[in-house]
Amino acid sequence: MSHLPSAPANATRVAPPLESGRAYPAKPSDVYLFGTCVVDVFFPGAGMDAICLLEREGIKVHFPQAQSCCGQPAYTSGYTDEAREVARAQLALFAGEWPVVVPSGSCAGMFRHHYFELFRDEPETLQQVQSLAERTFELAEFLLEVCKVRLEDAGAPVKVALHTSCSARREMNTHLHGRALLAQLAGVERVDHDHESECCGFGGSFSVRMPDISGAMVRDKTAALKGSGAAEVVSADCGCLLNINGCFEKQGDALRGEHLASFLLRRTASASTGGAR
Amino acid sequence: MSHVADTPAQPIAFKRNAREALADAQLRRNFRGAMDSLMDKRRNQFPDGDELERLRAFGNRVRARALSKLPDLLERLEANLVRNGVQVHWAETVEEANAIVHGIAERHAARKVIKGKSMVSEEMEMNHYLGDRGVDCLESDMGEFIVQLRAEKPSHIIMPAIHLNAGQVAKLFHDKLDVDYTEDVDRLIQIGRETLRRNFFEADIGVSGVNFAIAETGTLLLVENEGNGRMSTTVPPVHIAVTGIEKVVENLRDVIPLLSLLTRSATGQPITTYVNMISGPRKADELDGPQEVHLVLLDNGRSQAFADGELRQTLNCIRCGACMNHCPVYTRIGGHAYGTVYPGPIGKIVTPHMLGLETTRDLPTASSMCGACGEVCPVKIPIPSLLRRLREEAVRPPAAEPHHMRGQGAKYSKKETMIWKAWRKLNTSPALYRAALYAGTRLRGLMPANIGPWTEHRSAPKPAARTLHELAREHLGEQ
Amino acid sequence: MTAKERILGKLRASLQGTTPVADDYDVGLLTEPWRYGDEARIGRLRRMLEAVHGETLLTTSAEWPARVVEALAARGIDELLISPATAHGQQFAGHLALTGSALRLKAYDRPVEAWKDELFFHTPASLTGTLGGIAATGSLMLWPTSQEPRLMSLVPPFHIALLKASEVRDNFHEFMHEHDWAAGLPTNALLVSGPSKTADIQQTLAYGAHGPKELLVLILEDA
Repeated sequence: MSHLPSAPANATRVAPPLESGRAYPAKPSDVYLFGTCVVDVFFPGAGMDAICLLEREGIKVHFPQAQSCCGQPAYTSGYTDEAREVARAQLALFAGEWPVVVPSGSCAGMFRHHYFELFRDEPETLQQVQSLAERTFELAEFLLEVCKVRLEDAGAPVKVALHTSCSARREMNTHLHGRALLAQLAGVERVDHDHESECCGFGGSFSVRMPDISGAMVRDKTAALKGSGAAEVVSADCGCLLNINGCFEKQGDALRGEHLASFLLRRTASASTGGAR
Repeated sequence: MSHVADTPAQPIAFKRNAREALADAQLRRNFRGAMDSLMDKRRNQFPDGDELERLRAFGNRVRARALSKLPDLLERLEANLVRNGVQVHWAETVEEANAIVHGIAERHAARKVIKGKSMVSEEMEMNHYLGDRGVDCLESDMGEFIVQLRAEKPSHIIMPAIHLNAGQVAKLFHDKLDVDYTEDVDRLIQIGRETLRRNFFEADIGVSGVNFAIAETGTLLLVENEGNGRMSTTVPPVHIAVTGIEKVVENLRDVIPLLSLLTRSATGQPITTYVNMISGPRKADELDGPQEVHLVLLDNGRSQAFADGELRQTLNCIRCGACMNHCPVYTRIGGHAYGTVYPGPIGKIVTPHMLGLETTRDLPTASSMCGACGEVCPVKIPIPSLLRRLREEAVRPPAAEPHHMRGQGAKYSKKETMIWKAWRKLNTSPALYRAALYAGTRLRGLMPANIGPWTEHRSAPKPAARTLHELAREHLGEQ
Repeated sequence: MTAKERILGKLRASLQGTTPVADDYDVGLLTEPWRYGDEARIGRLRRMLEAVHGETLLTTSAEWPARVVEALAARGIDELLISPATAHGQQFAGHLALTGSALRLKAYDRPVEAWKDELFFHTPASLTGTLGGIAATGSLMLWPTSQEPRLMSLVPPFHIALLKASEVRDNFHEFMHEHDWAAGLPTNALLVSGPSKTADIQQTLAYGAHGPKELLVLILEDA
């Protein structure tokens, strides 16, 4: 996690200190859910499944209806002022003490890492940013490390490939959390796919600004997922799923990736967990 | 795809170059294979992730410390080099740097230059400049020699001919050097060795780059495997080293962590065959080495990057090439498509300072921001953050102050600016956001099947029937 | 204003009001992972050198001349570039005289300009001393001198280096620190880690690019 900047803008920058492992709080009674705009429009079911998974752990979920987008699209496109104002609106909505659970590693990473840069010239806002960053968890991370879920698989044996978005992997370690959750499912065999850690080519506006390169990347990714022998594809990031599923469909392939939350809920639907109400 | 010298790829044509490269199956196989192997080699050099992370942080601090006192260190470097008998020259532009090199060549009536590997000399297009003035430059690094024979540019900063396979080199040597066709790499290297050998002592001047310039001792440090660097800096009567002003380090011991990071990150070697530390010309009692040693310190946009605390991090770079080896974009399009001396992620963040954003405006955009480059960078340059920053500079209104970069606003568009302002309005007005999403989901049947570039490789995304906002409200109540 | 003044002026203006980054040099990180102890040090050096096609041989300060003669004979080489002014040069010449060897010795006793052609095309092997070695990376330290000039270890296709076991250190930092390099370096200082090589064609490793094709390191265990 980034730290509060204090040096003058023209100071020579030194990389932030190495992160030690994140300390996790005890399971809370209440959490906020930040749904993310892509889930909101294209994968609302994944958002609902996330809510169900959390409720099943005995947690009350709060979904502030005024929430919209974390600001990332404008931020990565270079429209920093626009991103900052959208970010400011979200900051105000999640100002309480509850953890903020996000079913997308890249949006969670935006909260945890990039808001510091966005508000680096606003010391008073940085207090809120710090608070939000400390309370933000990617869904898989939250289920695993905070809820300490014990999943009981009710499904038939299946081979599953896990794709993790790049920012989720690099900013939130979501690939490790995702693997650990899948490993709890007795009937699920997670298979590696070729160049697993490589980007699927989505990258937000990259996919439309550089369609040829992005297209080559997603074609390679879909081929690798197919080649893994997996019957199902799972990812904790809906941006990637939009890209990968769109490419499968374009190629006339029936395979579709599913959000990790939906997969977990489906596999454990009839099973109860340690923290169930 | 082969970019011949009379129509070298240009950064302004990046998208077209990339499209051509993507269509070249041979090129894509060559790069994928080479990058996979380089990634494996690097990984094998860092079995201890903790040591790697601590060493990267160390490397970052050594570079940051050098930059934080750069003007003082440059003066100290010059003073110590001069004391050691090395002549130091300063150039703000590539034109000035070329004129300095040419001036030295003229004083010695030089006709022939042998070159060790130097990316700064590529930046200067020195071969071209001197060639126009009757001075022939011959590249002696095997990879550079191959691309020079093909009248191409290097496609990688460490392995210039990585876009070619052995068969392509075999054909080149057969055609250009009048030797029997052979794909045996040992034999091909021997052909290169024999062809170049005499040129080392026929040359009037040897030109090299510099990996680290050590202020404390007045020393130029060069790493290499082939021995051509040692040849070029030892055999000809005059040695000219060209380097960027950022290459200075404070103390001799600072090179220890940087060397370890450089060779392990670049080619997965614990160390290169040669680490060559040059601290002066031949002394009176010595029997070889150049009579004159010159160092040309080149700015070429580096001081612009230096002016901003964030962009200054660009200058941490020690030119290992690990960022390109791990880049999914570089892996697919290769080095030539960028149309720049430095391709790949580092090229995207350094070239805009050298050429301005006008001609390089597409480069910062050509990244999915996956972060692989930043993850492997041995000196922890936050490359994705710097790409984002360059995007910001490219879309800032051209007249906006402060003005950080040449070519600011090269991608500025009133229409796009309006779109993002509307986006902000939408995402900061909850009622508007909900209304828009409501409309979007109810009208999803009207979503066109073809939405421009997206649908070339994917079907169009379909909004769900109802938004998460609606479903959550139904389930959790208004909150 | 000169280019120098303009460049330095810009850099200074950019640093206005900032303080330099502190020097928190981490010696431990450069030494602790690279310690071998007396038992393993030479083994490590040999393993690293051999991994890059360097040949190593354990011998003694009395016996090494015979090993050199054998190595040259095995390659059908009848001529060696060696400095008569060094102690090892004299020892080797004495050995040849004593054994009546037909091996011809050649000295680098003129400026390179006076015998370039011979050096480049008619000198198949050379022998030089070394300042020491580094176990971590399998490197030889060479400080060329007027007796053993820079090209002696570079141009002949077969390079033989003498290395005293007592001069091998665990890592570069230790070596640099012990020899106080920061106090001053010679015209040229070198680390040599194996024979010359390249992987510039299709990532395929080939030895003997521009420098020696073979490197033989004679490690003198008693010296």
